[in-house]
Amino acid sequence: MIDPKLLSEHNLTAEEYERIVSLIGREPNITELGIFSLMWSEHCSYKSSKAYLKKLPTKGKRVIQGPGENAGIIDIGGGLAVVFKIESHNHPSFIEPLQGAATGVGGILRDIFTMGARPIALLDSLRFGPLDNPRNRAIMDGVVAGISSYGNSIGVPTVGGEVYFHDIYSKNPLVNVFCLGLVEKEKIFYAKAEGVGNPVLYVGSKTGRDGIHGATMASAEFGKETEKKRPNVQVGDPFKEKLLLEACLEVMEKGLIVGIQDMGAAGLTCSTVEMPAKSGTGISINLDVVPQREEGMTPYEIMLSESQERMLLVARKENVAEVKKVFAKWDLDAVDIGEVTAGRNLRVSFRGETVVDVPVDAVVNLCPVYCRPSRKPANLRSLQKLVLPPPAEDLGSVLLRIIASPTIADKEWVFRQYDHMVQTNTVLLPGADAAVLRIKGQKRALAMTLDGNALYCYLDPRAGGVIAVAEACRNLACVGARPIGVTNCLNFGNPEKPEIMWQFKKTIEGIAEACRSFDIPVTGGNVSFYNDTEGLSIHPTPVLGIVGLVEDADRIIGPGFRREGDAVVLLGENREELGASEYLRIAHGLEKGRPPGIDLEREKAVQEVSIEAIGRGLVRSAHDLSEGGLAVCVSEACIIDRPGTGCVIDLEDDIRPDALLFGEAQSRILLSISVDLLPELLGLAAKRGVPARVIGQTGGKEMVIRQSGREVVRLTLHRLFEAWKNSLPEALSIR
Amino acid sequence: MKFGVVIFPGSNCDHDTFFALRDVLHQETAFLWHKDHDLHGVDCVVLPGGFSYGDYLRSGAIARFSPLMQEVREFAERGGLILGICNGFQVLLELGLLPGAMLRNKNLKFLCQYVHLRVENADTRFTRRVPRGRILRIPIAHFDGNYFAPPETLREIEAQSQVVFRYVDEKGEATPAANVNGSAAGIAGLVNKRGNVLGMMPHPERASESLLGSQDGRLIFESLVHK
Repeated sequence: MIDPKLLSEHNLTAEEYERIVSLIGREPNITELGIFSLMWSEHCSYKSSKAYLKKLPTKGKRVIQGPGENAGIIDIGGGLAVVFKIESHNHPSFIEPLQGAATGVGGILRDIFTMGARPIALLDSLRFGPLDNPRNRAIMDGVVAGISSYGNSIGVPTVGGEVYFHDIYSKNPLVNVFCLGLVEKEKIFYAKAEGVGNPVLYVGSKTGRDGIHGATMASAEFGKETEKKRPNVQVGDPFKEKLLLEACLEVMEKGLIVGIQDMGAAGLTCSTVEMPAKSGTGISINLDVVPQREEGMTPYEIMLSESQERMLLVARKENVAEVKKVFAKWDLDAVDIGEVTAGRNLRVSFRGETVVDVPVDAVVNLCPVYCRPSRKPANLRSLQKLVLPPPAEDLGSVLLRIIASPTIADKEWVFRQYDHMVQTNTVLLPGADAAVLRIKGQKRALAMTLDGNALYCYLDPRAGGVIAVAEACRNLACVGARPIGVTNCLNFGNPEKPEIMWQFKKTIEGIAEACRSFDIPVTGGNVSFYNDTEGLSIHPTPVLGIVGLVEDADRIIGPGFRREGDAVVLLGENREELGASEYLRIAHGLEKGRPPGIDLEREKAVQEVSIEAIGRGLVRSAHDLSEGGLAVCVSEACIIDRPGTGCVIDLEDDIRPDALLFGEAQSRILLSISVDLLPELLGLAAKRGVPARVIGQTGGKEMVIRQSGREVVRLTLHRLFEAWKNSLPEALSIR
Repeated sequence: MKFGVVIFPGSNCDHDTFFALRDVLHQETAFLWHKDHDLHGVDCVVLPGGFSYGDYLRSGAIARFSPLMQEVREFAERGGLILGICNGFQVLLELGLLPGAMLRNKNLKFLCQYVHLRVENADTRFTRRVPRGRILRIPIAHFDGNYFAPPETLREIEAQSQVVFRYVDEKGEATPAANVNGSAAGIAGLVNKRGNVLGMMPHPERASESLLGSQDGRLIFESLVHK
């Protein structure tokens, strides 16, 4: 009955099938095969990445929960903890951008409130193809509308993130969604099924035929027939999720339940095997009572459906009536579909027959782990070799082009579609180096950011991994926050290709090295492989989500110059490093060279100076130097606040003028400060051995940059602003 | 002064508004549940922002049928103070307590941003603490905030000085660009003839603390509080 064709439809190899047969001691039926295929898919099992993910540091004194749960948890003191995670929804967002992105938001929200935490912030990392292609515009329009419709409705602010553009994402856009929730330490919940005889309750939307094989789809390459997979994408209902959120938090707050898990990828299957696997129990359920939206659904379809907005709870027997009352208050049904058993199997009955009887451990923990072969890409050496073209003549007009390039241009078109202020905690609006949220009733604030430079990783995955962590931490340092925890979303191509596996391995090594150096634990995340369409793989794209703490919310500052006559100070050193830069890409059409070098000790010292300066209330603005280098950083500081503040910058560095303006040398931060406070700031920097010098003064309605007395850029704020502000709206308004 | 903040199942600014009233303005504040028939003896009912019943249909269209709205309607008839913010404004229009309707924003996108408001009538229970000539900076966050009313209604509400807030630029000029959602006559906030029911699209509860970037919204709550 189970033939090679059926196995291949389930993305299972012959060896994997044999393993299933030996684990359960017989041939599985079709429903059981479906269950194994889902739970052993790359998306659910991490079978190709597990061996490497072990290299990431996951321990630390603040860690309450590391990888392995719905989300990671970090202690922030004062009886509170933050619960956070990032997830990809790349494949669904390509097939059906609006619903794909919306359900991505819905899924990550459930991961957070499942643990008892109220979600307080969403951030997204988005990667699209160039906007001159109408298909890419439609994808971007749909993804932003999807995030907006879901997050806005449920009332969780989308406070930040990043948007990158590159042709490599034209047929494989990336949608990574990060969510953070706040919980009292004593009220954290886990996905466990404890207490034999305890009832298993199903709550939320009815089960339909949508999303069957979603996790399997996310674990395969796309071909030309991708459009046909549209029925695999679910449709989101944020109102239903809002009801679920409030009702679940209420039953948890009242201590009525034992364990809870959302039915996300792999739906009912995932929750009914993972919960007992964690607590050494079994579960028996009856599919006849599972609320169904369609008639005639088979056990296979019910178990594999990925209908959204559903949760599975294990309640204490004596509390069931009370639990049902809370759900009724929120107009939801809680249906008793089974119970926790002593045997270690998942047993499913349907119309009086047992249709599934498999050991939960086999499904959850005994998936094969692969150490797939890896090989350095043959063309990497030639890609890293860079023969620099002569600097462009008019560097001012190059700057205008860079600042108008969609990756660097103002993202207000995106952010104003997101409610970024609901819950009234948002201290810094989107566009700042990091998002900052106050904690009501406390002096402290939370900062968070998403970062990752795929071009760096493409040209040197290890360096790219290190820089992704360093730069995310630098973003935090620019708002005065110290990092406390990391989540990551690793977007890569097909791991069965040795070159992709090599990129993956090296990127993780880089991330691990930097996290150890910063002493920040990775508490979880997500691996998204098979980001290939028609044989073309995306650049390796790790997205780091890092959370930090600010000691005094009143001291928080933004990236823009605030006042005329302030001194402009550069922490760190300019270096002649142009490899892998946006400048080479935009001005010369080159994606070559090596990414900038980085010394993590120097990096940490630079960040520490910024954090201390902000904490003491010395500086008026702080902005990180990253893509586009010094010239882009200074431009943004001039124009990000209206009406803007100009400046004159005088530099003495003896390097190529284009490298000085646009080189992406690491470990640099731009500060502005009242002149009378300069000695204290320079003293702080000297104490930590960080180069710091005054490079100019704010004022006027122009931005002027000189190198050794020679003017290299002079632009009015008006021109800079127009180029930066209008780029995205214009690109997206073409129909 | 006792405030009551209504909770519909899809309200999402209920806690924000509660926080602004109780913790920032130190007023006695209660939550009012949509399924109840009890206003808990409050002096002012606040309908907060959000998506009342999901609002997949017209915003606020289902909320008008909720049990509590019966009491709210009677409360309005007795002259009780009602403040509808964003979705609350939409509900007040659906209830017929204020004239007109909301269309989608003119650019057909959700808009979350600061706007500037000119106070057109500072002689209401909701605006009497606003200093003369002061331009308020308060955020909006909505998809359906494009106010519409037929010409004769617009003439009437203008004649009766029912327009309380109008979208303007930072200098106080009513320009087309400043009217971000395309509202008729740039109307951002509207009071009923009797002067006891105000609907406004901007969110004063988001502009009540300096840490969040503006305190201009406080002036509206303070107008209600101070006799």
